Amino acid sequence: MSSFRQPSILPGFGLTLGFSVFFLCALVLIPLAALVMKTATMGWDDFLNVLFDPRVLASFRLSFGASLLAATLNGIFGFVIAWTLVRYDFPGRKLIDALIDMPFALPTAVSGIALTAVFAENGWIGEHLAPFGIKVAYTWIGVVVALTLIGLPFVVRSIQPALVEVQRDLEDAAETLGAGRFTIFRRIILPTVTPALLTGFTMAFARGVGEYGSVIFIAGNLPMKTEIAPLLIVIKLEQFDYVGAAAIGFLMLVISFVMLLSINLLQTWGRRRHVAAGR
Amino acid sequence: MAGGPSRALLDEIASRPGRDTFVSSVIKGAFITLSLLFLAALLFAPLITVFATALSKGFEMYFNSFADPDTIAAIRLTLITAAIVVPTNTVFGVAAAWAIAKFEFKGKSILITLIDLPIAVSPVISGLIYVLLFGMQGWFGLWLQEHDISIVFALPGIILATMFVTFPYVARELIPLMQQMGNDEEEAAITLGAGGIMTFFHVTLPKIRWGLLYGVILCNARAMGEFGAVSVVSGHIRGLTTTMPLHVEILYQEYNFVGAFAVASLLTLLAVLTLIIKSLIEWRQKT
Repeated sequence: MSSFRQPSILPGFGLTLGFSVFFLCALVLIPLAALVMKTATMGWDDFLNVLFDPRVLASFRLSFGASLLAATLNGIFGFVIAWTLVRYDFPGRKLIDALIDMPFALPTAVSGIALTAVFAENGWIGEHLAPFGIKVAYTWIGVVVALTLIGLPFVVRSIQPALVEVQRDLEDAAETLGAGRFTIFRRIILPTVTPALLTGFTMAFARGVGEYGSVIFIAGNLPMKTEIAPLLIVIKLEQFDYVGAAAIGFLMLVISFVMLLSINLLQTWGRRRHVAAGR
Repeated sequence: MAGGPSRALLDEIASRPGRDTFVSSVIKGAFITLSLLFLAALLFAPLITVFATALSKGFEMYFNSFADPDTIAAIRLTLITAAIVVPTNTVFGVAAAWAIAKFEFKGKSILITLIDLPIAVSPVISGLIYVLLFGMQGWFGLWLQEHDISIVFALPGIILATMFVTFPYVARELIPLMQQMGNDEEEAAITLGAGGIMTFFHVTLPKIRWGLLYGVILCNARAMGEFGAVSVVSGHIRGLTTTMPLHVEILYQEYNFVGAFAVASLLTLLAVLTLIIKSLIEWRQKT
């Protein structure tokens, strides 16, 4: 025991750790292991057959492509919004700052039907886009719009603290030495914010790949065209194809693990840079 | 979560020479406009639409939507689910935070990562795993059927899936907070003869109560609003296994837009309330 943990006079270690680990195993780890084992019951050929089915491939392409595009949009607009909130003062700033968390608190089904209503051809924004031949609802663009909304708080909330920490004396020194705005941005602000930006980007991307509720209403769900990967799991389950659903789920699970790992690595990298900068 | 800049900082920036040039005000205007336009299209318009559509046929129709017995059943099911899930996850969150923040042990960072896992997993997978375990063709499916126990397509499945999805929220709020506060006061209490329970309720709890409250309301908001995971395990039996978000979907697909957006407006109000409490807590902590 003594080598497992450092001694402490505080009580309750065994009880709280035991309960946490038990609950974690019962609720999360064992059920997830069931998914892995279900996938393991199928042979390699069956596994590959499920994944290389053109409809499944198309859904993965849409899920990854749309999430990547949405995370990129969030990287750009998230930076602009975080910058606006941190550096400028304007009426309603506090309200806007509080509302950034809205997509996180709002049930996904609600954001789904609301976005569909706004971007449908008779919606507030959709009707202005229709004359230009741009259809958002029930196309892949709609998927990107929904995923952008869902990912926004992750990017803004990870950039904000980093922007606060940008050392102003460095900016001032650079300006005194004759650096233009763009040079200051590229050489001082961007390097400080990059780890946070990448963390937010990866979180938004990971969230986007798995997102279901907000997307299925606006996507239209046409096979091969606007079906996302999580929807395909639901479809397979409805056809009682448990093994097929498990195979797609397993692949997505592996991808989530990789993303979680890269987020952790990015955060460690960010902390290390921060420590180095503070020296 | 970061707040904005401090007043002093903004004043200091404003007072710097050369800060109010033409170019900087143009850039400032452009940034604010761009931010507001982006948020208006993506966030404000949908939020307003929820209430505009719900009230489009007048207040009477709006309130009539809540008289539908299926809607009432959905609201009840959501409240029951939250009433079971939120306290359970709160107890887990406090226990996990106590073990992780108060002690140093091997494998701690792995434990923290595993607690975060449900956030990274797609909600559909969160439902799928329980179907694989307890569904008809699942590992325990046959046994459950023989003993006449239904988990999937019934309340226990909905509760399990919701619990999985909202599992990390309380722990995530508490762990950094308790780590930052250190152990000195608890150690003093124990040295002076207080028991573990007494130390927790009289020393630790008063220090972490606001963080705990925020974790609980966030967990509650996510539990009441969960769609994907619950959708997979619920079986969509109208009036029996449909929670509020699932009921929104059913009404929406029946083209009953007033009804769908009326239920959605309740969930939106819940989200707004959650954010208001969050802002109040942050405001309290600053003063």
